[in-house]
Amino acid sequence: MFKWLEKNLPKIVLTPAVGLISWFVYGFILWTLYISFTNSKILPKYELWGVGQYTKLWASRKWLIAVDNLLIFTSLFLIICIVIGIILAIFLDQKIRAEGVLRTIYLYPMALSFIVTGTAWKWILNPTLGIQKLFIDMGFENFTFDWLVNRDMAIYTIVMAGVWQSAGFVMALFLAGLRSIEDEIVKAAKIDGANLFTLYWKILIPMMRPVFFTSFVILVHISIKSYDLIVALTQGGPGISTTMPALYMTQTAFHKSQVALSAASAMMMFMAVAAVIIPYLYSELRRENVS
Amino acid sequence: MIALKIQDLSKNFGSTEVLKKINLEIEEGNFLVLLGPSGCGKSTLLNIIAGLETIDEGTVFIDDYNVSEVEPKDRNIAMVFQSYALYPSMNVKENMVFGLKQAKTSKEKIEEQLKKVSNFLHVDELLNRKPSQLSGGQRQRVAIGRALVREPRIFLFDEPLSNLDAKLRVEMRREIKKLHQKLKTTVVYVTHDQTEAMSLGTNIAIMNHGVIQQYDTPENIYNKPNNTFVADFIGSPSMNLISGQLVKDANNTSFIPEGFNQSNSISIKNYNFVKLIDGSSNDVYFGIRPEHIHYKKTNDTDFEVNLRADLNEYIGHEQIITFNYCNQEVLGKFPSTVKVETNKEMKLFFDINQISIFDKKTNNRI
Amino acid sequence: MSANTTTASYKQLEQKSKVTNILLRWFLYFVLILFASYFIFPLYVMIVTSLKTMEEIRQGTLLTWPSQLNFDSWAVAWGGRGYGAGDTFLRPYFWNSIKMVAPAVFFSTFIGAMTGYVLTKWRFKGDKWVFLFLLFGCFIPFQAILLPMARTLGILGISNSILGLVVVHTVYGIPFTTLFFRNYYVSIPNELIKAARIDGAGFFKIFFKILLPISAPIIVVTVIWQFTQIWNDFLFGSTFSFGKSAPIQVALNNMVLSSTSVKEYNVDMASAIIAGIPTLIVYVLAGKYFIRGLTSGAVKG
Repeated sequence: MFKWLEKNLPKIVLTPAVGLISWFVYGFILWTLYISFTNSKILPKYELWGVGQYTKLWASRKWLIAVDNLLIFTSLFLIICIVIGIILAIFLDQKIRAEGVLRTIYLYPMALSFIVTGTAWKWILNPTLGIQKLFIDMGFENFTFDWLVNRDMAIYTIVMAGVWQSAGFVMALFLAGLRSIEDEIVKAAKIDGANLFTLYWKILIPMMRPVFFTSFVILVHISIKSYDLIVALTQGGPGISTTMPALYMTQTAFHKSQVALSAASAMMMFMAVAAVIIPYLYSELRRENVS
Repeated sequence: MIALKIQDLSKNFGSTEVLKKINLEIEEGNFLVLLGPSGCGKSTLLNIIAGLETIDEGTVFIDDYNVSEVEPKDRNIAMVFQSYALYPSMNVKENMVFGLKQAKTSKEKIEEQLKKVSNFLHVDELLNRKPSQLSGGQRQRVAIGRALVREPRIFLFDEPLSNLDAKLRVEMRREIKKLHQKLKTTVVYVTHDQTEAMSLGTNIAIMNHGVIQQYDTPENIYNKPNNTFVADFIGSPSMNLISGQLVKDANNTSFIPEGFNQSNSISIKNYNFVKLIDGSSNDVYFGIRPEHIHYKKTNDTDFEVNLRADLNEYIGHEQIITFNYCNQEVLGKFPSTVKVETNKEMKLFFDINQISIFDKKTNNRI
Repeated sequence: MSANTTTASYKQLEQKSKVTNILLRWFLYFVLILFASYFIFPLYVMIVTSLKTMEEIRQGTLLTWPSQLNFDSWAVAWGGRGYGAGDTFLRPYFWNSIKMVAPAVFFSTFIGAMTGYVLTKWRFKGDKWVFLFLLFGCFIPFQAILLPMARTLGILGISNSILGLVVVHTVYGIPFTTLFFRNYYVSIPNELIKAARIDGAGFFKIFFKILLPISAPIIVVTVIWQFTQIWNDFLFGSTFSFGKSAPIQVALNNMVLSSTSVKEYNVDMASAIIAGIPTLIVYVLAGKYFIRGLTSGAVKG
């Protein structure tokens, strides 16, 4: 008996992790998937109902606005974070004196919760007492900055706060990538006569392809999951102009008591994430196997 | 014509003196090897010649021009690196012409150079491949091609063979030697491998602790090392250094191993002393290479002695025997066909024409 | 090949490029400091606003320095105004978070360490698939498990409790902690384990006596990561608890959103700072481990 225990001990030790994840991740996702095919309202009903929830979902104006917002947010968030991240990484790679301090400053927003970030930016973007008043008091009398309460512009305030939180992370990734390049390449480029710009543009940045890839995947992932930031900054408003899929899902389940509809929206989010993550994991795994 | 001249060059990293007043000259077309253990300053010197490091004191002249303040790209040099440093996102062709493009060379000239070099190095089939698709040897050839294409005045090599496996290393070494014979460009080559240095260089500068220990032809470095460091660094196994005293009398100079007396002395009458020594006994090292200890008499002047063989290391075509000579370890190198019995004495002949004597205090040759 | 010896090729370094270099440096620092101000700006505003009175806030701007450092809003944010029901303040929720974070960090880290240990030092056929299986948990949007989790907590009788949150955070922390430990242990030479086995050490002994003592760096990274994630969580906190057992981020949000009486922005800011201080302090003190966790977890995938 003991021999068997000893031999299989490693596998036994794995059971908590594997068991918990199977149940709480895979099992739960399957449950949610199942429920999305029922007509559950307040409580789950297990009678299969077909794809009705999905048709309802995609016919819902609120959901379509949420998806639209997600696309706008994701593309801007992605592009701006990567541009800022690369610029800061390249600049910091130039043997800057206060590099440690600057790095700390660029990254500390990642240590804060989205609620704290949202609360702070909500105040900064306050239509009467925030940025608007700052510029007016500085002499720009006709300056307006009421984006937070403007239906068309509110989504961009979320981009501002999101970029503030996450750009530093992209910078850290690119800086680590740049630093991992052996300096013989830089020496070779110097001898070949490349100036600083050519060095980065033609040689170093193209070598950062894996970092681009990783940043892309992580930023998209953060974006699809956006919930806390929206709740703290705009609550999805004004009205529903800044609602996002994550918000839609929660509200449908717990305020509108439409469990199955909410499940359908959750599955849509899941599929969006899977569409990005699975190719990424596959290519990473292939790379690890090859090397 | 002097292709490269280094004058009173010093370099510090922080408080460490990495190069101490280096003086060096090399004629056009020669192959200079900078040889030494890690940390001796050879790579720093190479980087300074390339313009990749700043100078603290001294000057660098290429073709009589003071290039101390000139950018690497304007020095007419090219460099081959240990890790090849090929640009990973460009293919072989782009890698090779990158420097020419940066110098705004005409399209025709670029094509011409590329064709010439890729033919010469047999990399023409590889032009469209990326570095990751090449083998180590191929990458090395492309790296050399990238340097060749610029027709530099001086070729710099920074330990280019260290990343290759042993067999490939020997092959590439021969390729580099053939290249130099054909092109006759001036080369400065850094390595820590003394076999590489000896086989490739026309001149070798052995360095240690930022100072050139000896700057000479491979033959002189091998036969007449300037100090014990050089004697020990060159040769595998390195030169035997036997501790003892020099005794001079009216008609003879001899060496007495430490702790022994006149009866064990070795006569070194015909040794070329660098300067005259005074009559009093001097503490010295008696240096003799393992390959100059013979198992049968080769010269009349050979010193005969019976020594006990303590250890036998068989390495294929040779065997290295550890002997006990007056309580000091002495190594001998014989072909493996010679029969050697351990723990037994055998007759040995020291070739006195090949010895070196070093002052014990200064470690210099006397 | 003939040598290229035109005299013009040895151009001396011109004064001009020295000046360009200096200008470039200045530009570099300018841009970097500009961005630094963009990043510091909200923190500055938070702190400064929390130290002003509402009167000062209405009269001044975001950037105005307070006439005197008034910590009243901090006291209110932390301990309330002292008038019983309806008065929300952070103190009890701060402790809720502490009670939730400590066990969750501990258990998820421990399970992650053991799982990483097995997956790297006791390999078996298909262990890579097991790792992938667990890794997947890092990427799922939690919306996909919110509903069944709510039901399960209800069935187990621990919904709306700190214990419930501990369970949730432990479980969903496992994929990350496993990732960290697995990547760390993979680079620890197997010879160490083999030597221990030859010496007669068993499964647990090897873990506790050999691996654990050299795991300090990754433990720090994992703990900091988990602490930050769990302390900063809002989604689980707001979905699975409310009222008395809420964690601090939920309480913060509630306080800021409550529109009873006049908006007190200074109290809002003070509350935000209090909610953010623990993770901020951890970051300032052990920042490089935090970054190491971010980049290693991300770069290694």
